[in-house]
Amino acid sequence: MLLIRCPYCEETLPELEFVYAGEAHIERPKDPSSLSDDDWRDFLFMRSNVKGPHFERWRHVHGCARFFNAVRDTVTDRFLATYKAGEKRPSLAELEKAE
Amino acid sequence: MTFHAQKRPVAAAGAVTIEDLAPEARFSLRGDPADAGILGRTLGVDLPTAIGTRNEKDGRTALCLGPDEWVVLAGEAERDAILDAFAAIEADTPHALCDIGDREVSVRIVGPDAAALLAMGCPRDLSHLAPGRAVRTVFDGVSIVLWREAEEVYRLDAWRSSAPYVRELLETGVVELRAGL
Repeated sequence: MLLIRCPYCEETLPELEFVYAGEAHIERPKDPSSLSDDDWRDFLFMRSNVKGPHFERWRHVHGCARFFNAVRDTVTDRFLATYKAGEKRPSLAELEKAE
Repeated sequence: MTFHAQKRPVAAAGAVTIEDLAPEARFSLRGDPADAGILGRTLGVDLPTAIGTRNEKDGRTALCLGPDEWVVLAGEAERDAILDAFAAIEADTPHALCDIGDREVSVRIVGPDAAALLAMGCPRDLSHLAPGRAVRTVFDGVSIVLWREAEEVYRLDAWRSSAPYVRELLETGVVELRAGL
C-alpha cells in the first residue's frame, strides 16, 4: 500500500483514505467558446501520460476531504512531494536535489 | 506498517466491548477558517484549527475535520439553542450549519483489544492517533469518524445506512478475537 502525505492533515496516511483525481495543473480555458474543436478536445481529453515524475491530483476523501497535488514517479510509485492545491508547481530539479 | 510490525499480545477473551451510544445533537459546521473566532464564540467553544483536534466546554464539543469543517456535538436539549445562535449571525458571517443528528450513529469500543479490532477495517496506524484526537478515516470502505477518547477507548461514528454493516463486522471481529484468530 502507498503511504501518502496529506499537506492539509500533515500526516502520512495509507492510500485507502485517498482517491486519485487525474493530472494536475490543467487550467480550464477562460473562454471555451473561442476555442477550436481541436483545442477543446486537447483540454478535455489529452494528458501527458509521462513515464517518470508525474504531477497529479489526489483527494483525501476519507479524511479532510481536500484535493491536493502530488509528484509521483510513475515507474517506481514513489511520491517525490505533495503540496496544497493552488500552490506553485515545484521544479523537478529541486525535488531531485532534495531526494 | 508499524501497527502490524509491533507484536501485540491479544488479550484474554472478552477483552473488548462494543456499546451503542445514545442519540445526541450533532452538527456539521462549514465556514471560512478566518471566521473560526466568531463561529467559536457563537458556539461557546473555541473552534480548533488543527485537523484532528477537538475542544470541549460545557458539554459542547467541536472537532476539526478539515480546514473549513467541524463536527459539533452537544446534549439533545441544546439542539435548538445552537441552531438559533448560528441563525442570528448568518447575515454577517456566511457559514453552513447542518443538523446531522439523524445521519450518524455511534458506538464506543473499549478494551485492550480495541485497536486490534479496529485494525480489521481501518488502515490507519492507530498507535499514531494520540488519545484525545479524532479523525475521519475509513473502515472497510465506509467513511467513519474515529475518536480516540482514551488509551483503550475509541468511539466510532458511522452513517446510519452503513452502521449495520460496520456493527456486524465489529461483532464478527469480537468473536474472532475471542477465538484467538
